Amino acid sequence: MSVNSAHKSGFGATLWDWLTTVDHKKIGILYLAAGAFFFLLGGLEALIIRIQLISPQNDFISAGLYNEMITMHGTTMIFFAATPLLFGLMNYIMPLQIGARDVAFPFLNSLGFWLFFFGGIMLNLSWFTGAPDAGWTNYAPLSLQSPGHGVDFYVMGLQLSGAGTLMSGINFIVTIVLMRAPGMTYMRMPLFTWTTFVTSILVLFAFPALTVGLFLMMFDRMFGTAFFDVALGGNSIIWQHLFWIFGHPEVYILILPAFGVFSEILPTFSKKRLFGYTAMVFATFLIAFLGFMVWAHHMFTVGLGPVANSIFAVATMAIAVPTGIKIFNWLFTLWGGSITINSAMLWTLAFIPSFTIGGMTGVMLASSVADYQYHDSYFVVGHFHYVIVGGVVFALLAAMHYWWPKMFGRYLHEGMGKLAFWTFFIGFHLTFFIQHFLGLMGMPRRYWVFLEDQGLDAGNLISTIGAFFMTFGVLVFVINIFYTWKKGEKAPGDAWGTGRTLEWATASPPIHFNFKQMPLVRGLDPLWIEKMEGNNKMTPAEPMDEIHMPNGSILPLIMTIGFFIASYGFIYQVDHKAWLIAVYVGMAIGMGCMLIRSLRDDHGYHISKEEVEREGD
Amino acid sequence: MKGWMGKSKVFFLISAMALLMAGCGRENLTALDPKGYGADRAMDLILLTTFIMIGVFIIVMAIYVITLVRFRKKKGQEDYIPEQVEGNHKLEVIWTVIPIILVLVIAVPTVLGTFDLADDSNADEHVNIEVTGNQYWWHFNYAGEEVVTSQDLYIPTGERVYLNMLSSDVTHSFWIPSISGKMDVNPENVNTMYIEAHEEGVYWGKCAELCGPSHSLMDFKVIAVSPEEYEQWVADMQSVDPEEVPEDSVAQEGQELFEANNCMNCHAIGSSPAAIGPNLTNFGDRSTIAGILEPTKEHLVEWLTDPESVKPGNKMTDQYPALSEDEAESIAEYLLQLQPSEITPESAGN
Ligand code: HEM
Ligand SMILES: [Cu+2]
Repeated sequence: MSVNSAHKSGFGATLWDWLTTVDHKKIGILYLAAGAFFFLLGGLEALIIRIQLISPQNDFISAGLYNEMITMHGTTMIFFAATPLLFGLMNYIMPLQIGARDVAFPFLNSLGFWLFFFGGIMLNLSWFTGAPDAGWTNYAPLSLQSPGHGVDFYVMGLQLSGAGTLMSGINFIVTIVLMRAPGMTYMRMPLFTWTTFVTSILVLFAFPALTVGLFLMMFDRMFGTAFFDVALGGNSIIWQHLFWIFGHPEVYILILPAFGVFSEILPTFSKKRLFGYTAMVFATFLIAFLGFMVWAHHMFTVGLGPVANSIFAVATMAIAVPTGIKIFNWLFTLWGGSITINSAMLWTLAFIPSFTIGGMTGVMLASSVADYQYHDSYFVVGHFHYVIVGGVVFALLAAMHYWWPKMFGRYLHEGMGKLAFWTFFIGFHLTFFIQHFLGLMGMPRRYWVFLEDQGLDAGNLISTIGAFFMTFGVLVFVINIFYTWKKGEKAPGDAWGTGRTLEWATASPPIHFNFKQMPLVRGLDPLWIEKMEGNNKMTPAEPMDEIHMPNGSILPLIMTIGFFIASYGFIYQVDHKAWLIAVYVGMAIGMGCMLIRSLRDDHGYHISKEEVEREGD
Repeated sequence: MKGWMGKSKVFFLISAMALLMAGCGRENLTALDPKGYGADRAMDLILLTTFIMIGVFIIVMAIYVITLVRFRKKKGQEDYIPEQVEGNHKLEVIWTVIPIILVLVIAVPTVLGTFDLADDSNADEHVNIEVTGNQYWWHFNYAGEEVVTSQDLYIPTGERVYLNMLSSDVTHSFWIPSISGKMDVNPENVNTMYIEAHEEGVYWGKCAELCGPSHSLMDFKVIAVSPEEYEQWVADMQSVDPEEVPEDSVAQEGQELFEANNCMNCHAIGSSPAAIGPNLTNFGDRSTIAGILEPTKEHLVEWLTDPESVKPGNKMTDQYPALSEDEAESIAEYLLQLQPSEITPESAGN
């Protein structure tokens, strides 16, 4: 095989190429596309929820369906939209930023993607037979009691995708530790790479807790054990602990990469290096560490007692300190700069006040005494959407506008970008700001209806109107993508002219082996350094030579399909033992692929020196 | 420049809205207008933290706005390269230390309040009530009094009332926003909290933990009456004779139907504690039917003939033979006449 095989045309060949790819850039795009698809699904579910709550005692959807909606909305958004979209960015950008040709384990990378994708498909197929309805937190005993197979789909779908996420996390860690370009010391790594690194460490420690919880749940629901069944001597609070030991770090898995994105965009568009780089790295670690120590603040009302509540309250408040450091460092990155405001920057600038509000309500929630009022009320819904939408979604949209030219070689349309921004931004505050008050005015979360004459009508109506604004903004963004695909303006390698990090030293989009020659990194913001010295490109760290690349493989996809079939078997063997066949067949396919992978030598291929030279920049 | 004007307008609107809303909310439901001990403690911290946060927000926004106005790229500055500042230790120390101080200011009252609200050292000197959460109703058993009710919880004002809470099925959460914060009601362990209402009134309670399809309909009421009225009410409840036959004939027929249809398998009248469904001793005095409907005969008939349409997933549906309209009417008549006490939600000012 040679490079040219990647250029074969025809639909079949293109499809095959995407199904077998192990190129981190293509896998990144696959993650982005799949994540966007699930984001639209989750958004549609959110809109349905808000329509149901447009007026008191509305009967747009039934109580059962409503609980399915909130469960699927939350689960989809967290596991299948926000996380994979960020993983897509990390996959695409991080190797470029450290000057690597690919991630450490390209095969594993592809397997991680397919596991995530089939996990999400599996969960959503449950819509046809009854979706899970116990909330995205899936608390026992409600989840044990839930009839039908909805919760089983939740368990198996998350288990599949969780395995994929864990693999990707490990892959990123190894990539960053081993594959940095010459001269790229740790303290010269861009902040987005740093946050990818720390996030991956969080994944490594947090996801096993989820895996364990899901296994116990699977055994309780499918094989008659009673880990969480109180009547048989189990304890349902254990689920809450396992869930939040995973679940709290998970929100940092989402927000840290978002911080990384903003730390890239702000310097680029204010033409200044990041203020307090060292403090930013340190704060990232501190937030990650504290993120693990505070899970029980989701459980202040469980009855853990005043000692536990006090410890977790104070630990939670402490997170405000490193987060505050970050906010001020961002502000001082702008200070004294030469600021350009475009779409990417608008999302970034909007993030600062929005996230500050989200962070502040976080401190308010951390005060356990006050949390006895906020907990499980709309205040919480307001808070976490300020953080997740105002932080993570804004970051994703900022990143899309920022890196789109890098990934696809064309600029997104600015006018549409601004229209989408303003409608979404206004809609966002309309929807969620008022929810803090709704919560304090006595509206618990996960309410299918609110009754008349409780003073909750106006707030809910405003909130729903906001959701329509946001929907409009998202649609404009989608149109922008299609427009750009057809007619977008072409972008050069250093698309913004003020790029500082290594990804801007490649072509847009980059050639499939990223760098013809490994760049020599001489400090923080290596491209900026070269540009300031009048060089237009990076100084190479090695002579032009042949490049070793991994072969594509269809095995990850087949392996995943095997586990997917087995998961169905596990779910339905409860109804009929014949389904055990699916378990065995599916496992055989999965294990068979593993066996082939371990026995067959695949050394990849080489791109000759001549070919490397021929490929234009 | 124009964009930023737009933005500040949005912020202005939002804060105006916030001010408006703060005074709003239904008086006996909102946590913003506390009428009990726990709600007071929570409000103290809500206010303290809100003020600190608004202060921080104003500072952040001030720097933000000044920065954006002063340092936007001007025309002709295309080639201008700002100085590449690395950081500034003095500044970084300042914005580390100030938040630490602010956090401490919040942490101290938080810890004190947490211990205060968990204090059950002299629980036995006060009224103790066993609370059981059920899909989708609440059961109240007045310890040592042989009084059992459901949905409506009577308490004396100005006194701590200890609630010992357990769930019979899934996790629920007991919340009366205007009197007190919430506490989960778990199936595995008894959680204790105390509530104290300052003034008489009917306060609205909610279930705050997703517990199934009718989670949003699992309402209850706390009826705070003066200590004397409370004593009277307990005495009235204790003197109920579950066997007593009503005077008018429709109600009598209702009573017979009530027994004939095995309603008694799940419900009880009087103080018998064990029951699958709500205790109906003072049903005629209740402020609502099933926790959510106004207490009229039509609503009761509606509930009896098709509970599913009122509360989806409830455990009464299909547990008894179908009732004709007439039968339901008679039973309704009987139940609405169960009015053992003069002390009712009205006496608390409903
Ligand atoms: C597009 C705008 C969005 C709207 C209008 C929206 C709206 C809502 C609403 C109304 C609820 C239900 C609240 C309740 O009754 O408890 C909800 C819950 C939730 N949302 Fe969103 N949401 C949006 C975006 C997102 C995003 C982007 C995420 C995460 C990435 C997210 C994560 C969640 C989670 C985790 C829940 C909790 C679900 C549960 O209680 O089980 N939402 N959202
Ligand atoms: Cu409940």
